[in-house]
Amino acid sequence: MLRNQLRPAIVLTLLLCVITGLIYPGIVTGLVQLLFPHQAQGSLVTTNGRVIGSTLIGQRFDAAKYFHPRPSAAGAGYDDTLSGGTNLGPTSAKLADTLIAGAIDTVVRDDGGRRGAIPSDMVTSSGSGLDPDISPDNAHLQVARVARARGMGAGAVQAIVDRHTERRQFGLLGERRVNVLELNLALDSAQASAGATAQR
Amino acid sequence: MTANGWLQIGIFSLLILALTKPLGVYMVRVFDGSLRWLAPVERIIYRVSGVDPREDQHWTRYTVSMLVFSAASMLLTYAVLRLQHVLPLNPQGLGAVPSRQAFETAASFTTNTNWQSYAGETTMSYLSQMTQLTFHNFASAATGIALAMALVRGIVRRSAGTLGNFWVDLVRGTLYLLLPLSMVLALLLAQQGVIQNVSHYVTATTVEGVKQVLAMGPVASQEAIKNLGTNGGGFFNANAAHPFENPTPFTNLLEMVAILAIPSALTYTYGRMARNQRHGWAIWAAMYVLLFAGLSTTYRAEARGNPIHAAEGVDVAASNTNPGGNMEGKEVRFGIPNSALFATVTTATSCGAVNSMHDSFTPLGGMVPMVNIQLGEVVFGGTGAGLYGMIVMVILTVFIAGLMVGRTPEYLGKKIEAREVQMAMLYVLVFAGAILILSAVAAVTPAGLKGLNNAGPHGLSEILYAFSSTAANNGSAFGGLTGSTYFYNTLLGVNTLIGRFAMHVPMLALAGFLAEKRIVPESAGTFPVTTPLFVALLIGVILIVGALTFFPALSLGPVVEHFLMHAGRVF
Repeated sequence: MLRNQLRPAIVLTLLLCVITGLIYPGIVTGLVQLLFPHQAQGSLVTTNGRVIGSTLIGQRFDAAKYFHPRPSAAGAGYDDTLSGGTNLGPTSAKLADTLIAGAIDTVVRDDGGRRGAIPSDMVTSSGSGLDPDISPDNAHLQVARVARARGMGAGAVQAIVDRHTERRQFGLLGERRVNVLELNLALDSAQASAGATAQR
Repeated sequence: MTANGWLQIGIFSLLILALTKPLGVYMVRVFDGSLRWLAPVERIIYRVSGVDPREDQHWTRYTVSMLVFSAASMLLTYAVLRLQHVLPLNPQGLGAVPSRQAFETAASFTTNTNWQSYAGETTMSYLSQMTQLTFHNFASAATGIALAMALVRGIVRRSAGTLGNFWVDLVRGTLYLLLPLSMVLALLLAQQGVIQNVSHYVTATTVEGVKQVLAMGPVASQEAIKNLGTNGGGFFNANAAHPFENPTPFTNLLEMVAILAIPSALTYTYGRMARNQRHGWAIWAAMYVLLFAGLSTTYRAEARGNPIHAAEGVDVAASNTNPGGNMEGKEVRFGIPNSALFATVTTATSCGAVNSMHDSFTPLGGMVPMVNIQLGEVVFGGTGAGLYGMIVMVILTVFIAGLMVGRTPEYLGKKIEAREVQMAMLYVLVFAGAILILSAVAAVTPAGLKGLNNAGPHGLSEILYAFSSTAANNGSAFGGLTGSTYFYNTLLGVNTLIGRFAMHVPMLALAGFLAEKRIVPESAGTFPVTTPLFVALLIGVILIVGALTFFPALSLGPVVEHFLMHAGRVF
C-alpha cells in the first residue's frame, strides 16, 4: 500500500512546488511590476535621485524641528531588518516604569504634555516597530515644539499638519492619522520655499 | 469603544455572511468534480504523478496518501532550508537555516501551523520563502479542505466505506480554489502597497542622514495565500503588522475577509452536500456567536486600556483624533477595533497571522485569542480543519443529547455508536493532553523558563499560548517567548505534528466508520440539528469541553494577571 503511494507523493510535491512556489509568484511578480511598479518596489521616496525612505515605513526623527514618530522596538528604533514590538505584557515593570514612564517624561518636558492627556499612541511602541503614522492628537501636541525650533508660527505648522491628516479610508476604515515622513518633508519644503521667497 | 469601531465590525461580518453562499456553492463544484475548466492541466498532473483520478479510496488508504504526501513535502522543505545558502534567489546571501529551526519550520508549515521561530527578513532566502513556505501555504490548506471533504463524504455516503481520492482533492483544491483566489487577492494587496519583487534590500539615507535598510521580497503573493489558507506565517518578523505586508486599513479588511472566507463558506458546502442546508447554517450560527462573544470581550478590554499606564498619564479615552485604549503593540492605522477584530479572527480560525502583538494585549484581551485556540479551532477554524473539528463537536453534542433522552443517538441518518464516540473523544483528548503536558514540562524546566520575556503570571501565559497555538496549528504567539532555542524548536515542532496527524487519524477513522453505515430513517426520537436549541447545545458542549480542560491553567495565567493589573502590581 505504501509503495504505490510514494510516486504520487514525491511527484506531486515537486509539481505543486513548481506551480505554487515558482509559477504563481512569478506571474504575480510580473503583473505587479507591470501594473503597480511604484508599490512593488516599496513606495520609495527619492530626492535628487537618492532614496530617503518609504512612505509606508517609519523612520527615526530626533531633531526638535521634526515631528517625532512613536517609540519603536525594531532594533535601535525603526530598523526595517528587525521588525517587531516590545512583546512586554500588561503587568511588565519594564514597560510601565521604564518605557512608558520615560516616554511620558519626555513628552511632558519637551512638548508641555499634561499627564492624563497623553495620546495613547505617543508613548507606546507599535507592533511592527515601523509604524509610519501618528495620531492627530499626537501631532498636535508636538506643534509648539516644532514651530519654536523652526522659528515658524504655530498656526502655520498646524495648518500643514491638518493638510496631512489622512481621513479614514473610504470615510470609515481604520483610524485618522498623520504620516510622519510626509509631514516632515512638507514642513521642510514649506520652509525652503518661504526662505526662497524671503531672499528674493 | 466607538460607533465607528462597531460599524467596521458590522461591515466585516456582513461581508463574511455575503460570501458564504457563493463561495460555498463554488466549493461543492470544485470537490464533486463538476468544474472542468482546468481539465487539461489536471490530466497532465495525474498522468505524470501516476494518479488514477477515478480511484475511490478506503479511509485507510486516504489516510496513508495524506501522511506520505505530508512527509515528502516536509522532507523537501527541510532540505531546501538547510541548503539555501548554495541555492539561487538569495540576493542577501543568507546562510543555511540551523537544523532545529529548519525542522521546526518544516513541521510547522507542513501542518498549516506556521509558527515562526525565525525572523523572515534575516533568515529566509527568497527561494525558501517562495518554493517552500508559499508552497506549503497552498498544500497544507488544500490538505485541510480535502480532509474535511473526506469526513463529509463519510457522513453523506451510504454503506460505502470510501472517502474519495486524496490526490484529486489536493490537486483540485489547489488549482480551482486557492490559486485563482490568491492571484486576485495578491493584485489587490499590491495595488495598496504590499511589495512584490526579488530585489536586493534597499539602503535609504533618511531625512536625518541615517542609513535605513529596507527589506524587500515577493510579499504580496505569499501574503494572499497566507491568509486565504489560514496559514499565518508572515514574510517578515512583524507579520501583518509590518507595513509592507499590511499597509492600509483596506488591506487589513481584505486580509481578515480572506482568513474567514473559506472556513465560513465550508459550512454552506457541508449543508449542500448533506442535503440539509439549515444544518449548515446552524453550524455557522454557532460559530458566529462564539466569534462575536470573543470579539466583544477583546474589543472592550483593549479599548478600556491598561489602568497602570493610565495612572502614569496615558489618555485611554478614544476620540476621533486619539486611538485611546491599549496601543502597546498596535499600529495607528488599525487602531483598537481593527486590532481586536484581527486578533479574534486569526485565532478563531487557525490562521495565526497577527496585525498587533498579542503578548502586549491586556490580560482579558489576550486571553480571548488563547481561548479561541483552546476551543480546538472550531470557531470557523482552519481551512477544512475548522469544519471537521466542528463536526466532531457536533457528534459529541448529538451523543450527549441522545444520553439525555436515553436513545441511541443518530446524526443525519447515521447511528452514532461506541466506535464513533471513541474516535471523537480521542480527537479531543490528544489535543488537550499535548497542550497541558508539554506546557507543564516547559513550566518546570530551566530550558523552558529561559525563553520567557515576561515575569509573573504573564510568563505562564506565554508558555501556555505557545503550546496551545502549535497543537491547534494556529501559529500566532505571545511573541516575547524566544522560540528559537533547541528546547522550544524541538518541543513545538513535535507538538505541531501531534496536533495535526495524531488528530487526523482518529478523525479519518471516524469518517470511515460513518461511511460504512446504512442510513436509518428519521423518527420522532431523532434529535433535530437545525434548531436554535441545537445551536445552544452545541455552543454549550464546546465551551464546557474547553473550560473544563483549560480553566485551571487559564486561572493561573491571564485571570490572575487581570486582577493583579487592576491592583497595580507589576513584575
